[in-house]
Amino acid sequence: MADTMSVSAHAPGPAAGHEPGHDAGKRDFLKLVAGASAAILVGAIAWPLIDSMDPSADVLALGSVETDLAPIVAGMAITVVWQGKPIFVRHRTPQEIKAAQDAKLSELIDPQTDAARVKDGHDQWLVVIGICTHLGCIPLGNKPTDPRGDWGGWFCPCHGSQYDTSGRVRHGPAPLNLYVPTYAFETDTKIKIG
Amino acid sequence: MAGLHKSDIENPVLNWIDTRLPVITMMQKEYAVFPTPRNFNYFWNFGALAFVVLAIMLATGIFLAMHYTPEKTMAFDSVEAIMRDVNYGWLLRYTHANGASMFFIVVYVHIFRGMYYGSYKTPRELLWMLGVVILLLMMATAFMGYVLPWGQMSFWGATVITNLFSAFPLVGHGIVTWLWGGFAVDNPTLNRFFALHYLLPFVLIGVIFLHVVALHITGSNNPLGIDPKGPQDTLPFHPYYTIKDSVGVCVFLIVFAVIVFFYPNTFGEPDNYIPANPLATPAEIVPEWYFLPFYAILRSVPDKLGGVCMMFGSILVLFVLPWLDTSPVRSAKFRPLYRVFFWLQLASCVALGFVGAHRPEGFWVVLGRVATAWYFLHFLVILPLLGKLERPLPLPESISRAVLRGGGGGPLPGAAAAKPMEKV
Repeated sequence: MADTMSVSAHAPGPAAGHEPGHDAGKRDFLKLVAGASAAILVGAIAWPLIDSMDPSADVLALGSVETDLAPIVAGMAITVVWQGKPIFVRHRTPQEIKAAQDAKLSELIDPQTDAARVKDGHDQWLVVIGICTHLGCIPLGNKPTDPRGDWGGWFCPCHGSQYDTSGRVRHGPAPLNLYVPTYAFETDTKIKIG
Repeated sequence: MAGLHKSDIENPVLNWIDTRLPVITMMQKEYAVFPTPRNFNYFWNFGALAFVVLAIMLATGIFLAMHYTPEKTMAFDSVEAIMRDVNYGWLLRYTHANGASMFFIVVYVHIFRGMYYGSYKTPRELLWMLGVVILLLMMATAFMGYVLPWGQMSFWGATVITNLFSAFPLVGHGIVTWLWGGFAVDNPTLNRFFALHYLLPFVLIGVIFLHVVALHITGSNNPLGIDPKGPQDTLPFHPYYTIKDSVGVCVFLIVFAVIVFFYPNTFGEPDNYIPANPLATPAEIVPEWYFLPFYAILRSVPDKLGGVCMMFGSILVLFVLPWLDTSPVRSAKFRPLYRVFFWLQLASCVALGFVGAHRPEGFWVVLGRVATAWYFLHFLVILPLLGKLERPLPLPESISRAVLRGGGGGPLPGAAAAKPMEKV
């Protein structure tokens, strides 16, 4: 940088200085370098401020919860809290499983097979994040007295979205199926979410 | 360039200050002798009224913050403590909560006044756009303030509104997690909303300052929408409009007081007196009344991303309003067709407000879609065409002519307005 400066200090003599384009190219370069450095500096200062608003380590550390499935009878569902979010764990009846498996993919808003949403050999257990994919309300349908919509799954009271017995959206305005969280069966009656 | 100001103030102390920092001269120039069109009607009070409400909101807000706790297990209780235990806490909170509603009433009248009298047209485009920025800042501030009591409606309103951003492809979910500071609306969200709710009003003051500076460069519009042509068309701001504004402020404060003392919960939702429960959504989530038209637009579009874009678009379209309206005539007084469309547009906004307050079923869905379509049709199609197709009425020669001969500033027949001026 010092070299460049000293060269430019010598170069524009009385004649050369008035030569169009000669000086301007160097000046443009300096402006670009200065501008780019300033932009990087501002970004470097801004990033810690912006990132400080992302989930903090203690929030991220709310890793996993274990849930005992034994008390849930067929046709019932429970709500488990994981990372501040409600998780629906539903024990499906054979009819509900059949309805979920028989649904034609062409009829779905967000096509996905039932098999892709449950664990192999555990067809009766559906585990989904109980948050409507429209605007984040909690759909009704865990209690037998709740409205479950026309497809027997869940019904969102906020804007009328309906989900089937696989947690797939069947009626808008929700655009996507209920999310399936990461979980694993530890034993046949115990799952670990997260 | 630099140099002391030559002050003509007689008081030696004030003169000493004014010589070094000529704020007194500036205030005299901008607020005392400032030439203002002589034909203002009471709709021109609402800018001053908005400033009064802002001052009330700042004062009550700062004192409320001394008693409020932005922590999720304590927020609701601290608000109840303000209501029951803090001396005059009920007055501070009711004034602040209803003040938000009053602020929006005043500002909405201010905006529609600008639309009726063409106050956004050249040379006041930037003044208008700064006003739209003020509206956006007010909405953000009001939304975050409503979350602070941490009742059911606070929590679920925050959930629904922040989830709007998840509609954007790819970055949506990242943005929402960032806004929340977690994986759901939770303590970090409440804490930052409090910080921002305290910050934004000061940003608001900065933009309002620019809004007023721009106003004092262009000068005020007036009900006739024609420029003042000389001293005969204007009055000094003080005492004429300080008095007129004071009358309006008195009436406004009476209305405000009646609401605060006799109907303090009319604008509120009863559900917000239930502490926030992240595991149970209320049967119906309704935003505050001043957001209902926008909420109606959101719900009128069956597609999630489409609804969000239309909702944001309904405000962003205001930024380009000065260029969408192609008519050179400002005041609707002289635009017989625009006048009709103005009232239709106002009606569509009111209709959207009612739609937003009802479940999206049957009639309300249809009305919501028609009113949403009309809202955009008005700005994007009707206004650009109207300027070309409409034949405006003849404008008066000057403000003073119209005021003195036209019987209080009413519309003049073209001939009567044109002829006397020729003799002058």
